[in-house]
Amino acid sequence: MTETTIDKPTDAYADTYANAFAAVVAHAEGNGTAPLNALRQAAFDDFARLGIPTTRHEDWRYTNLRKLANTAFTRPQTGAEVTADDIAPFMIAGLDAHLIVFVDGYYREDLSQIDEHPEGTAIGSIAEAYQKGCTGIGDYLGKQVDTANDALGALNTALMEDGVAVYLKAGKKIDKPVHVLSIATAHSNSAMTHPRNLIVAGEGAEATVIEHYVSLGGENYFNNTVTELFAADHAVVHHYMLEREAESATNISTLAIHQGERSDVHSHTVLLGGELVRNNVRPVMAGKDAHCLINGLFVGHGAQTLDNAMRVEHAAPNCRSRQFYKGIMNDQSHGVFTGRIIVQEDGQQTDAIQSNRNMLLSDDARMNARPQLEIYADDVRCTHGATTGQVDPEAVFYFRARGLPEDVARAMLIYAFAAEGFDRMQLVPVRALLADEMIAKLPMANKLSAEFNEEIKERLYRI
Amino acid sequence: MTTTEEVAKLTHEKRDYKYGFVTDVDQEFAPPGLSEDIVRFISDKKGEPEWLLEWRLKSLRHWQTMETPSWEFLPYGYEEPDYQAISYYAAPKEKPKSLDELDPAILETYNKLGIPLAEQKVLAGIEGAAASAADARGMGGVAVDAVFDSVSVATTFQDELAKHGIVFCPISEAVQSHPELVKKYLGSVVPYSDNFYATLNSAVFSDGSFVYIPKGVRCPMELSTYFRINASNTGQFERTLIVADEGSYVSYLEGCTAPMRDENQLHAAVVELVAHKDAQIKYSTIQNWYPGDETGKGGIFNFVTKRGLCEGDHSHISWTQVETGSAVTWKYPSCILKGDHSKGEFYSVALTNLRQQADTGTKMVHIGKNTTSHIISKGISAGEGHNTYRGLVQMNKGAANAKNFTQCDSILIGDKCGAHTFPYIDVRNPSASAEHEASTTKIAEDQLFYCTARGIEEEDAVSLLVNGFCKEVFNELPMEFAVEANKLLAVSLEGSVG
Repeated sequence: MTETTIDKPTDAYADTYANAFAAVVAHAEGNGTAPLNALRQAAFDDFARLGIPTTRHEDWRYTNLRKLANTAFTRPQTGAEVTADDIAPFMIAGLDAHLIVFVDGYYREDLSQIDEHPEGTAIGSIAEAYQKGCTGIGDYLGKQVDTANDALGALNTALMEDGVAVYLKAGKKIDKPVHVLSIATAHSNSAMTHPRNLIVAGEGAEATVIEHYVSLGGENYFNNTVTELFAADHAVVHHYMLEREAESATNISTLAIHQGERSDVHSHTVLLGGELVRNNVRPVMAGKDAHCLINGLFVGHGAQTLDNAMRVEHAAPNCRSRQFYKGIMNDQSHGVFTGRIIVQEDGQQTDAIQSNRNMLLSDDARMNARPQLEIYADDVRCTHGATTGQVDPEAVFYFRARGLPEDVARAMLIYAFAAEGFDRMQLVPVRALLADEMIAKLPMANKLSAEFNEEIKERLYRI
Repeated sequence: MTTTEEVAKLTHEKRDYKYGFVTDVDQEFAPPGLSEDIVRFISDKKGEPEWLLEWRLKSLRHWQTMETPSWEFLPYGYEEPDYQAISYYAAPKEKPKSLDELDPAILETYNKLGIPLAEQKVLAGIEGAAASAADARGMGGVAVDAVFDSVSVATTFQDELAKHGIVFCPISEAVQSHPELVKKYLGSVVPYSDNFYATLNSAVFSDGSFVYIPKGVRCPMELSTYFRINASNTGQFERTLIVADEGSYVSYLEGCTAPMRDENQLHAAVVELVAHKDAQIKYSTIQNWYPGDETGKGGIFNFVTKRGLCEGDHSHISWTQVETGSAVTWKYPSCILKGDHSKGEFYSVALTNLRQQADTGTKMVHIGKNTTSHIISKGISAGEGHNTYRGLVQMNKGAANAKNFTQCDSILIGDKCGAHTFPYIDVRNPSASAEHEASTTKIAEDQLFYCTARGIEEEDAVSLLVNGFCKEVFNELPMEFAVEANKLLAVSLEGSVG
């Protein structure tokens, strides 16, 4: 196997993380998460051994984490003044959801609005759950993260303080989506947060969770999120990750999924903000007949680096996985897609499809694609395809021949390319939000008629 | 199609690995170990000029600072060779002064290897054989350079080729006869510091073929080299250099075998191709080094650096390989597409059976405008073999309108093998397009059923389907090689269908 070459932490930043770790442990008694200290300590030891990965590490070949090694990130200040009015722009129009708000990594009950939900289900913050004595969380937390080999996962585990917990007993269903809004204010400046979320869906349970990352004055911060998702047999979980942070932020998000028999998990990821974003999605299909959909869209401009690393593991027979990732890179942005399908020896009758399509809009944009198959079972059907190119000149010609100006034709084609990504989402209000965001990002947005915009919205709402 | 009887017959041969014999020739060895003295010894043996010795020493000093690569994907791992235990030079004691004096044991070796009879006559120096052999082929015959351990023992048809101004000779001879060409091109595509094994090769390379095709010449026959590792405890480090000048064409074939031994032997070759404006080089390989036994014991480590430079506009390099042998293979025949409108192609069939591990593929680096590359890779995993495709398609900033198409398919036969695909696609020009498609499946049961329902034995049916699977690649091989490749595949697959 690949040897990993990693720089050992230098004194300069080893202190940063060691100090942060000491602070987290010091606060643990106060916020009730002291039972997690043993887990934190073990993970911190792993991190100290692994260090921040360099580009010599195969998994980080195209994404340079130098900033994490060279910045003395602090623990964010508490008590940022944020009102309901401040967060109103981040609400998703038309979405009726349970709202749970974290500001600079700290849970804000005052801003959250958790509506009534059925007995046998729980929505809340992890720290709060510990304070209430729900230590059952410990049965799940950390089980899906390989801290021995994943440096950033280890760092999150060592420094985690809070995050959302969504729990459903067997057969339960939370009808409304859970909207987890994470806001970074100026208190996050040059600070780091390590949100840790946990979603546990019992047998046959159903839930939808939206993780939504935005900035409200926060700059130059480092957000390192880990979400563990456990879908028991027959459970159905839809997960959305919307990354819309300030373009000076570093965001590393990991979604680690464990799936039981006949479970169905949909993961949708949209990367729009951030300076350096790394999005890890790692489902393990451990029960037979499981299904997962991994859908993503990343749209870069400026000097953004948007890195997506999928690792889909078929560990049981007859599972089906679908991966669809699309990238649109403009200016000097750099897109990365690494998708690995692993079929273990038990993964007979696997049916896995992976597709990664990318569009480059400028001379300086760059795209790296690494679609990978690692297969140890013989009775499988696995395919992957990757393409990178420009807006199809023939399609542009088709439009122009029908009287549309070239820039509008291009914009429409780019939009259509992106729309395929969010048309797979079931939540219509999220689609509408993304349609707006996408149109705003199009290079010729101002040239597009208002009708075009309205028409799209109309279409989306009608679906 | 190969019938069951044929397979049975061939399998019988395979059971002992047909080419697993050892030839008893009086040989001269360098003492094991690697040092400046050994490099000087090799250089001195070959009577090399000072500049080449310096180049070797520079390589050796650089190599001593390098670390063994560790990025490979080899599920069973491998035991790193002890570079101080290898002898870097082995040669038949008496280099024949003329072909007549060629050691009969060596001739016998090539006989067993199946070098066509006509060439054997030439090797044996029968008068007029060259002409008749060429006639017999109609297509123009095959000129052979035979490399036995560290030296080239015989090269055929040299006179015939000389008429066209073509140089085809052992590289050690080219150093003497065409020093300006060797000096100009050696290391120009694979620099001495390129990678661990290429650098090692640069320091200790023993022999290999040198080909120069002058401007506008279409080489009238296939050129071919047979490589043979015979001695134990030696490594083979051959170096091949092919230069096709403007508007020329050459097709080159390479075949390799080695005796069966319990210990692993290292084969670290370097092949450099240079295609000038409008030139075309077609390079075909059938690699059948000893793969080791079913427990993974023994076999050749095939760590080879092959790279072609499409230097001029409209130049064209095509690699075709059939990889069935070796315990461990790392090999990435590559094309640097520098000239505008240049074209690179890679066609590969890699088969792993027993406990073989192959990590192979290609690199296409698009530098010039309107460059195109085409990659077809077929991997077949059987037994406990692991087959990995690893490839890079890179579109540089200046590669406007460059196009790539890649297809890599794998089939799995049996439930203990593995098939892996690791392509890298790096695009930095918006008008360039790269397309990659890959699939991994087992042998199609419906097709198998279709065949068996029509009375075709299952084993034959598998052979038929695998042949069909590989057809795109076999079509690229010269006729004789294609036949050999078909048989080789049938033999290598024997016993994997249950």
